[in-house]
Order: sequence, then structure tokens, then C-alpha cells
Amino acid sequence: MPRSRPVYLNLLKIRLPLPGVVSIMHRASGALLFLLLPLLLYALQLSLASEQGYAEVQAWFRQPLAKLFLIGVIWGYLHHFCMGLRYLALDFDIGVDLPQARFSARLVLAVSMAATVLIGVWLW
Amino acid sequence: MVKRIVSGAHYGLKDWLIQRVSAVVMALYTVFLTGFFLTQPLTFASWQGLFHSLPLRLFSLLFLFSVFIHAWVGMRDIFMDYVHPTVIRLALHVAVILALLAYAAWAVQILWSVQ
Repeated sequence: MPRSRPVYLNLLKIRLPLPGVVSIMHRASGALLFLLLPLLLYALQLSLASEQGYAEVQAWFRQPLAKLFLIGVIWGYLHHFCMGLRYLALDFDIGVDLPQARFSARLVLAVSMAATVLIGVWLW
Repeated sequence: MVKRIVSGAHYGLKDWLIQRVSAVVMALYTVFLTGFFLTQPLTFASWQGLFHSLPLRLFSLLFLFSVFIHAWVGMRDIFMDYVHPTVIRLALHVAVILALLAYAAWAVQILWSVQ
């Protein structure tokens, strides 16, 4: 057997099934949240330190771009959260069969997006 | 090319468990915090007041520590999948570990300096 095999990986030609799509989004949102940790900790520190700090954090998120960014972060968190619950269910052998797995993938997308829209409306 | 990455034995089950236990802690804290946002008016006083008592400080710290350890397992898995040159992968692992340790110390400082 040859020691190394060629691998064909054209990302533009790969058509992931829905459970694959939500899975890679789980990964991407997790990495994004990791990268944002220092910023989120800084916001937490500022908002808890003093009345002025709290007002400053509030002022950041009054700007439309910052609001959009925050809503994006919330979507990432909620998607990661819902996918986490889905994986915990899979660990308990719930929803392992393909039709249920496809349905729960759809459910994760729908629930996290709907919750993001609700929070977005509340924030705006 | 498909190559096996040599790694230590027996860490898989432990990390599998850590990932799930930390996820449950974070989920509980998220539900709690959502309850706070839904029932309390959000002002500086109510926000700061949330972190006054020791049990809530500890719960918040437990949440943040869960985030950090969860992030470590997740980032390590991502690097193992996509970063194959050993030197670069190990450097990234070390960078993530050091960053998360610093965040953990920072988290203690943030929560325990609430007046």
C-alpha cells in the first residue's frame, strides 16, 4: 500500500448535507468566540468597574455597526449553544437516525436565527 | 496527504467529558443570565448588583473557567485537524494555553474588584 494517498479537496465543489453545514458553523462560531474573548472580557470589566465605564460600553453599542457586530456575536453564541444541546442529545442516542438528525439540524438553524432576530429587535 | 498525528494516549475520554461538563455549566449560566435580562431592568446598579454576592461571583467564575477550558479543547481539535506542521501546531497550542491562563487570572480580577 502506498504510504501517502492523494486527497481531492475542492472546497467549492463539496456539497455538505445540512447536518454537515451546521457542524462546520459550530466550529466556525466557536473559533470566532474564542478570538473575541479578550474584547468580551474587556467589555465586562469596563461595564462592572464604574458608572462611567458602564455608560461607555452602552455608548459603543448605540452605534449601528457595533449593534450589528453584537447581533452577529449573539447569533454565533446561540448557534453554538443550540448545536451543543443537539450534540448532548446525540450523546444520549436521541436523534441519531438520519431523518431526525436532519430535522434537528434544521431546528438548530431555525431556533438560533429566530432567537437572534428577537434579541436584535429588542436591542435596536 | 493523510498522515497520523502522534499524540499521547488516554486524553480522549477525559477531554470528551470536560467538553460536555463545561458545556452544561455554561448552558445553566446562560439560562440564569437570560432570566435576569428578562425579569430585571438593565441598569448599572442592577448589573453590578448581580455580581455582589459570593455565590454569584463563584457561579460567574465557574462559567468563565468553563468557557476557557471548553475553548482549549475546541481550539486544540481545530488545530489538530487543520494545522499539520508539528512546530506550528505546538506553537499555536502553547499560545492558546497561555492566553487562556491569562484570561483566567483576568476573570478573577474582574469579578473580585466589583465594589
